[in-house]
Amino acid sequence: MYQFNYHRPKTLDEAVKALAGADDPKLLAGGQTLIPTLKQRLAMPSDLVDIGSLTDLRYIKAEGDALTIGAGTKHADVAASADVMTHNPALARLADNIGDPAVRHMGTLGGSIANNDPAADYPGACLGLDAKIHTTKRLIEADEFFTGMFETALEDDEIIKEVTFPHPEKAAYMKFANPASRYAMVGVFVSKGPWGIRVAVTGAGQDGVFRASEMEAALEKNWSPDAVANVKISPDGLNTDMHGSAEYRAHLITVMAKRAVEAAG
Amino acid sequence: MSVVAMTVNGKSVSADVEPRTLLVTYIRDTLGLTGTHIGCDTSQCGACVVHVDGKAVKSCTMLAAQAEGAEVTTVEGLAQDGELHPVQKAFREHHGLQCGYCTPGMIMTAVDLIRRKPDLDEETVREQLEGNICRCTGYHNIVKAILAASNEMR
Ligand SMILES: Cc1cc2nc3c(=O)[nH]c(=O)nc-3n(C[C@H](O)[C@H](O)[C@H](O)COP(=O)(O)OP(=O)(O)OC[C@H]3O[C@@H](n4cnc5c(N)ncnc54)[C@H](O)[C@@H]3O)c2cc1C
Ligand code: FES
Ligand code: FES
Repeated sequence: MYQFNYHRPKTLDEAVKALAGADDPKLLAGGQTLIPTLKQRLAMPSDLVDIGSLTDLRYIKAEGDALTIGAGTKHADVAASADVMTHNPALARLADNIGDPAVRHMGTLGGSIANNDPAADYPGACLGLDAKIHTTKRLIEADEFFTGMFETALEDDEIIKEVTFPHPEKAAYMKFANPASRYAMVGVFVSKGPWGIRVAVTGAGQDGVFRASEMEAALEKNWSPDAVANVKISPDGLNTDMHGSAEYRAHLITVMAKRAVEAAG
Repeated sequence: MSVVAMTVNGKSVSADVEPRTLLVTYIRDTLGLTGTHIGCDTSQCGACVVHVDGKAVKSCTMLAAQAEGAEVTTVEGLAQDGELHPVQKAFREHHGLQCGYCTPGMIMTAVDLIRRKPDLDEETVREQLEGNICRCTGYHNIVKAILAASNEMR
């Protein structure tokens, strides 16, 4: 790891100030992506601003027709929340399947979506549930937030505060996990709700998470596993790596989508 | 350098370290508690698992500074008054270790697991060991030991 200055602000305001006062700062939340990156010397921030212990970013509220989850909420907290299990069990199960127990004790919702790893799970839930991302500056719709592999609409000095997930009528997430890393080879989040029907695919796209509009159209006509089983996804724009080819991933999308619709009921 | 203070195995400790010091380095090199192991560079093996404020975490994937003020427990802190913890006893009884490299992390993960899920079955144990790799591939007896300990502690 290269050297850096370490800051531990006590409030969100202090965190904003610490970011503004540093040369090339980075936020540190759970560290489950950032620390391994620093250990490999793949990043060299001048300052780390640790928001991991800010309790005012760590909460789950069930209000009206939505869940609002603080950006600092750990994966394990989402997985164990009775409110999430009641209103959005697909989201609780998704969180419970991220990495392993130790990763879930540290990793946060905000860190996961800010990082926008193309194989991460939460981006699928955000896009698949028409989530609203609230930052220290503005509200960003999930459709606008994920802009490419490891890229988001966030500005350098912008901090995610919370994410609002409207309650779905039906939803499920199916992940075909890479057996070594547990990241998604392909993950498909399907939902039906006030926003209509959404099918979000993670793990497969070269530009990160995306919506499968052909599948959404098929499910509009007929909400059933068979409706998506007949939709073939083009391998263009999908990832090829040591774990699988674009063609293989395209096939997996159809299989996972079918299983997700089945599970959503 | 800056002073990082915490409680480790019930004792207050404090040391002047670089901000980039990992918690595992603080535990092993600064405090000399070498029961906690380092088995990888990629946060995947779990040999380094300790408890921070009662939760199992990978001490190689956390800065010492992040644990400022926290209660940390390492494998050395499990035995009470010379009496091994039930999970340690079960690992000995069921031959849950071969070379022993992964063992501290396995035991710390198991103690946390039994606390979170008192009703364990084999499938759950295997699923929950996702983040702990045994290079000797002795999983069978590790799972047996954890199930036995969980029965014993019920
Ligand atoms: C062994 C292992 C297995 C994993 N498996 C999976 C998996 O199966 N699925 C999956 O989805 N993920 C997986 N992860 C990643 C894990 O979910 C991380 O916790 C997550 O990606 C990052 O969250 P964090 O809180 O740890 O963020 P950090 O590592 O602290 O930060 C990540 C990035 O987000 C930025 N950031 C953090 N918080 C904010 C905020 N509030 N506002 C703006 N920017 C912010 C940071 O500056 C940094 O650039 C795994 C990680 C490990 C080590
Ligand atoms: S040494 Fe910490 S996970 Fe391998
Ligand atoms: S006993 Fe040798 S690594 Fe597990």
